[in-house]
Amino acid sequence: MNEKILEAKNISKYFHDPISIQVLKNISFSILQGEFVSVIGKSGCGKSTLLYILSTMDTDYEGDLLIDNIPMRNKKEAELALVRSEKIGFVFQFHYLLNEFSVLRNVMLPGLKLANYSEKEVEARAYQKLKILGIQDEALKNPNQLSGGQKQRVAIARSLINDPLILLADEPTGNLDKKNSEIVFSIFQELSEVFNQALLIVTHDNEFAERTQRIIEMEDGKIIKDISRN
Amino acid sequence: MNYKLIASVSVSLLMARWKQTLIAAIGVTFSITMFITLLSFMAGLNTLLDGLIGNRTAHIRLYNEIQPSKMQPVDLLNQVKNHHNFISSVKPKNEKLEIYSNGAVMEALKKDERVLGVAPKIIAQVFYNVGAIDLTGVINGIDVEAESKLFSFKDYVTSGEAIDLRNIPNSIILGKGAAEKMLANIGDVIQVTTPKGERMQLKVVGYFQSGIQDIDKIQSYTSIITAQKLIGESNTYITDIQVKLKNILLAPPMAKEYAKLFDIEAIDIQSANSQFETGSSIRTLISYAVGITLLIVAGFGIYNILNMMIYEKMDSIAILKATGFSGKDVNWIFVTIALTIGIFGGLLGLVFGFGLSSVIDQIPFNTAALPTIKTYPIDYNIKFYFIGTVFSIVTTYFAGFFPSRKASKIDPVIIIRGK
Repeated sequence: MNEKILEAKNISKYFHDPISIQVLKNISFSILQGEFVSVIGKSGCGKSTLLYILSTMDTDYEGDLLIDNIPMRNKKEAELALVRSEKIGFVFQFHYLLNEFSVLRNVMLPGLKLANYSEKEVEARAYQKLKILGIQDEALKNPNQLSGGQKQRVAIARSLINDPLILLADEPTGNLDKKNSEIVFSIFQELSEVFNQALLIVTHDNEFAERTQRIIEMEDGKIIKDISRN
Repeated sequence: MNYKLIASVSVSLLMARWKQTLIAAIGVTFSITMFITLLSFMAGLNTLLDGLIGNRTAHIRLYNEIQPSKMQPVDLLNQVKNHHNFISSVKPKNEKLEIYSNGAVMEALKKDERVLGVAPKIIAQVFYNVGAIDLTGVINGIDVEAESKLFSFKDYVTSGEAIDLRNIPNSIILGKGAAEKMLANIGDVIQVTTPKGERMQLKVVGYFQSGIQDIDKIQSYTSIITAQKLIGESNTYITDIQVKLKNILLAPPMAKEYAKLFDIEAIDIQSANSQFETGSSIRTLISYAVGITLLIVAGFGIYNILNMMIYEKMDSIAILKATGFSGKDVNWIFVTIALTIGIFGGLLGLVFGFGLSSVIDQIPFNTAALPTIKTYPIDYNIKFYFIGTVFSIVTTYFAGFFPSRKASKIDPVIIIRGK
């Protein structure tokens, strides 16, 4: 039996500017270990907002969020930073690599921050992650020498460096062409099947979503469909 | 906290913008350089100017003065005790200016542990006879050795040897101005007349130049014995005892103490020359004000550059936070950047400041008023370097404080969603 690693209980969120709008309405669901979940829905349905709440970066919400069965409410900023560091990997639409550092160093940074391993070990692990993503040859280049698809793969490697419980992604293929999207998808699939990694992907791409294990469809801040396959 | 990681991130951010960083550091370097140079130069100048009076003037001077009686007979009358009395029937009487039993007084002074040294002196009014006219003058009879040791007398004898005063009988060292008026060369014999009408011939063995023209026109020096002969007094007669203290700040209370103990007039250097002290402290104040202003301006430069860097690196900050860096870590990254600029800029500033002061120290500075000075004066006081270091670190810390706090408060969600 796979354990619950992330649970949302009655999460609601309001935007107050310029007028109060409820963007999320009593969202409840949970994600088990190894699940490959996609969240789809039209623009403005609140799927990205939900993702940022789940990532602990947005703390202005009602309801409860449990990661690894620990409630996130009332945690301090520094404690949440530690949770993100240990348990969550994040991939954005844009790669957000730091051009001041080499690819390898970019992947290592979150690992060095958590400091569970020595610098040598973190480096070895970074190489290992880059190898999984098939870009170990680019390790010593600067991010701006890489193609868009390669950059996104580096970003995925960075999100995996601390072996997170769950990998959250916001439109990871939004900026990529068909071929690179395919590569990213197969990487996600491999992570899910081979490494039993839980993934929650917010996407516009219905084709992409249909190939995942579980699809959550949202509309007007509510979950309208939650279909698991297999 | 992982200081090594924070330092490496800071250094990378610094290097990514190395031109701006360099300019900010140059700002600090320049201000510290000027701070050090300005203060060293100003302090050197202060020491020089204070020395003009301070080195040559006794810290406490003991002397007698012709004074009216403090008590008039009418004050003794009981009937008018609470009235204002303006009858002063007792006039000052003709007293000798001699310090009585001066040998005993000097012995007592020498035994006092606070005293560095004691030099006796005779001050006598004379006329220098030049052809048909008489110039008023003052002859100081001095103990050459004590005077040289305590009041650097030798430094101000610009021609001739000070010690000749003791070795050659009836010799005189003329003030430079007086010598010029009298057309007296070294080796010449001049004639002086005392107010009592006694005449004496004295051989010129040197010139004296104090840097204060009014003094040089009037004052001359002889040995004590010559002065005693000149005014026809015994060999125990002296008019002044000059005391030099180990700590100049003790002069005012000690002057009062001696006045009471020896029943004599005593004046301390601070009361006699208060304008010099005021001048020094105001000059020092102005140099500190200018130096600190320079540093604050450099601080604003750092503030601007950090602010720009934060706007530019907004994405990087957001991603650092998304991947587990806390606000405190981000704060430390930017504080480290500011302090790095401050410390490196400051250290370079200390080196350049020392260099520039040494250059100024080599610039010739010849003035008739200051015979002992050949180059611009510089005070290489370690205190200025210490203050410079502390200030460069403190100002850059504060310049970095607000931008760093802003960076630490950046909400990654807003940045990332804004794309």
